[in-house]
Amino acid sequence: MNFPILSSLIILPTIGAIFILFGRSSSNYNAAKYISLFVSLANFILSLYLWYVFDKDISGFQFVEERVWLEGIINYKVGIDGISILFVILTTFITPLCIISVNSTITNRLKDFLIAILIMQTMMIGVFCSLDLVIFYLFFEAGLIPMFLIIGIWGGERRVYSAFKFFLYTLLGSVLMLVAIISIYWITGTTDVIELYQVGIDAKFQNLLWLAFFSSFAVKTPMWPVHTWLPDAHVEAPTAGSVLLAAILLKMAGYGFIRFSLGLFPIASEYFVPLIFSLSLVAIIYTSLIALMQEDMKKLIAYSSVAHMGFVTMGIFTMTPEGIEGSIFQMISHGIISAALFLCVGVVYERMHTREISKYGGIVSVMPRYSVVLMVFTLGALGLPGTTGFIGEFLILLGTFKVNFMVATIASLGVILGAAYMLWLYRRVVFGEITNNEVNKLLDLNKSEMIILSVLAIVSILFGFYPDPLLSTTSASVEDLIDLFNMNLNIYTAGTL
Amino acid sequence: MNLDLIFPEIFLSLAIMFLLMVGVFKKKSERLVYNLSTTTLIILLALVINLFSINEILIFNQSYKIDTLSTFMKSITIISAIFVMISSFTYIKTLDILKIEYPILILSAILGMMVMISSNDLIVFYLGLELQSLALYVLASFNRDNILSSESGLKYFVLSALSSGLLLYGCSLIYGFSGSTNFTFISSLTSNIENGVIFGLVFIIVGLAFKISAVPFHMWAPDVYQGSPTSVTLFFAALPKVAALTVFIRFLYIPFVNLIDNWQTIIVFISISSMIFGAVAAIGQSNLKRLIAYSSIGHMGYALAGLASGTNQGVQSSVTYISIYLVMTLAFFSCLFMMRKKNIFYEKIEDLSGLSSNHPILSICLLIVLFSLAGIPPLAGFFAKFYIFMAVIEQSMYFLAIVGLLSTVVAAFYYLRLIKIIYFDKPKESFEKDHRIGLKVTLAISTGILLLYFIYPGFLNDLVSRIVLI
Repeated sequence: MNFPILSSLIILPTIGAIFILFGRSSSNYNAAKYISLFVSLANFILSLYLWYVFDKDISGFQFVEERVWLEGIINYKVGIDGISILFVILTTFITPLCIISVNSTITNRLKDFLIAILIMQTMMIGVFCSLDLVIFYLFFEAGLIPMFLIIGIWGGERRVYSAFKFFLYTLLGSVLMLVAIISIYWITGTTDVIELYQVGIDAKFQNLLWLAFFSSFAVKTPMWPVHTWLPDAHVEAPTAGSVLLAAILLKMAGYGFIRFSLGLFPIASEYFVPLIFSLSLVAIIYTSLIALMQEDMKKLIAYSSVAHMGFVTMGIFTMTPEGIEGSIFQMISHGIISAALFLCVGVVYERMHTREISKYGGIVSVMPRYSVVLMVFTLGALGLPGTTGFIGEFLILLGTFKVNFMVATIASLGVILGAAYMLWLYRRVVFGEITNNEVNKLLDLNKSEMIILSVLAIVSILFGFYPDPLLSTTSASVEDLIDLFNMNLNIYTAGTL
Repeated sequence: MNLDLIFPEIFLSLAIMFLLMVGVFKKKSERLVYNLSTTTLIILLALVINLFSINEILIFNQSYKIDTLSTFMKSITIISAIFVMISSFTYIKTLDILKIEYPILILSAILGMMVMISSNDLIVFYLGLELQSLALYVLASFNRDNILSSESGLKYFVLSALSSGLLLYGCSLIYGFSGSTNFTFISSLTSNIENGVIFGLVFIIVGLAFKISAVPFHMWAPDVYQGSPTSVTLFFAALPKVAALTVFIRFLYIPFVNLIDNWQTIIVFISISSMIFGAVAAIGQSNLKRLIAYSSIGHMGYALAGLASGTNQGVQSSVTYISIYLVMTLAFFSCLFMMRKKNIFYEKIEDLSGLSSNHPILSICLLIVLFSLAGIPPLAGFFAKFYIFMAVIEQSMYFLAIVGLLSTVVAAFYYLRLIKIIYFDKPKESFEKDHRIGLKVTLAISTGILLLYFIYPGFLNDLVSRIVLI
């Protein structure tokens, strides 16, 4: 047994949190900040090392660790393949940036905030690594606690309402998944994902089980019509909270669709494709239209997230290599770009204490650097070639065209709407006359903001021009997943004939 | 002779009489008696654990049973009683109810519970139940200058007497139609069971449901919980439920296991209605003790859901559930005991407002307890529910599982409301911060268990998996 690198990734942030909790320096916030920054950077480097030693040509799970946890029922089992490693790296990449960004935004209880973020990181990495359904559920649900506190304690005016809505919506979706997980245990005798891939689940149970998993993932994605918690949560959460929520939490569901819905219930997945496609299309078109009408910058970006995740779910259920790889790429890309956009909103919110679009206008003359950075991310969000956003959307549409021409055509309209609301947002905020005197007093980006945003911009452009490192990491695993999917489907169709 | 097997009970009875003498003949001996009682419990625990190696022995003409279930349940009863004693001392002293009778009544109630837990005969069971109940009536009204306390004592007495009457009626029906009061004998009646026995069974289920405050026999719980002194409420919320649940298990799984088709529907109904009612009714409460009363009604619903499955796994999950429930109750009440300001104990929900800014550690403890009560992983409360639903779904009782899990979402709402008040609201004047070491230790141990349970869940599981009834 080698060094348990995945468990270290999972446990390291929590150890950092414990250090901060018991640190003597209750008044000295800097110590807490440095500890958390150090821990999260160490985790990032560890995950890069993981990527380095990760073998891209093997499609199966690597670095698998297994320990007996609850005799005979549940084993603690973690491992990664080409799909999950990218999400792990995304998590470890975004968290340090969040921690740097809290510099000035969080004034009270900074220590508690950092503890919450670090524990959140443990849970998020755990979700992407776990290879046992129960362990997955544990991490998936446990993440609710820190996020509830982040929104509730450090959020805006309507924080209580948003925190409750976030928590209860997600919990309601997840409890049905718990029923499904336990049912799978009694049907097959195991909750081990690798074993379940091989054993397969009886076709007559698949539809109900699929729906139970769907109820949880649909809320988390979020898909229309259960997306309403997201704008509230985003608007009220502090900047770092919004970033974590948009960049990583939403990806848990997309990851869950790929890993569990496709992997465990191929027949049901095939059966429910029309449902997913129609919900995704509604999400893409309807929420894009809503985004056009928003007065609040954060809300606009939140609705755009729903639309982007609509593309992701559509791509996943095309069951084509292009579609799934595109979805994974789109999730990573959205993770980077939406994080950056929320940080950008945070920057001006901190200075003006308003997110209303009409209060801004003409900030290009006072904040030139900010305007350039925002431009990069606006273009990224609308999918301009040369940014990560383009490659994801392009691959997804390519996959969809193969499967269903109509759906792809309608979804392409969504791309145009996306360009419309993002560019209009940019025009209203950055260009035009300065109508609000406050805008004249704005200061341009300071050093730490510059660092965070330029790192994100570089990554976004880099992978936009050269997506190969990401795509080649995932391709073997995705193809393996599709093979498995088709094989199961063939067995079933052969059986019914 | 089999006396060594009931040595714990004999020891406890002698200790009670001895302590009564001490109290009578020695002036101002309240403190001494209190401490001696705690010591008695610790010794008693050692004596009971000593019996853990015994798998199953019937003594006294098969009317008294020592098995793994009884030893485990007695152990957790005594352990929680010890923590109840050491955590509530300041409270009792401040309320000026530190009299010699108080610890002695608690010991008598525990003696009654031990007899109940081990009973293998309807008469022995009834004796234990009455010994326990009589002690509890007095304890409920122990703060006799307080009108609420007197009211709660009276209410508990009247309603409990009614339920005891129903129980006794059920017992006599069973005796009349089966010819014996012995559980083992009744279980041997396999063929042509008469309707009278089934009627008796229903009456006994009703009586027991009253004792563990399951819907629709829960009406006494909120008033009694609120009116009694908090230390007694803690005792009510924790210990009698263990004893009554044990009798429930024994009763349904030994004499009437063949009648599972008859009692399963009743238990499922009681369980579902308790879960839903406990979740919904707690939302509007403003008093913490009342709230925890409704919450405990809900929790009993989950414990019964395990029983309803009719399997060994179901029994084990119920036993696990009640053990973790005890820890959560202890932790919650320890927090309540800490809400003290100038010798007044606060118990309103709004008194918690903004607690986190003045009492960070107490708030984190409450946070852990509340999330655990709500059943959010990775805290112990989640595992308790997880085992229950494992057992329920094994029997394909999906309706019960889904209703149960949906009511956890409703219940999560009021736990979250408390967390909101503690963490998101404006702070009030802070409470006193000096507490006796016993209270601090209780809180630290109980929240520690809740938080770290997930690291090694096998510990409790190994113990509980030795309980095999069928």
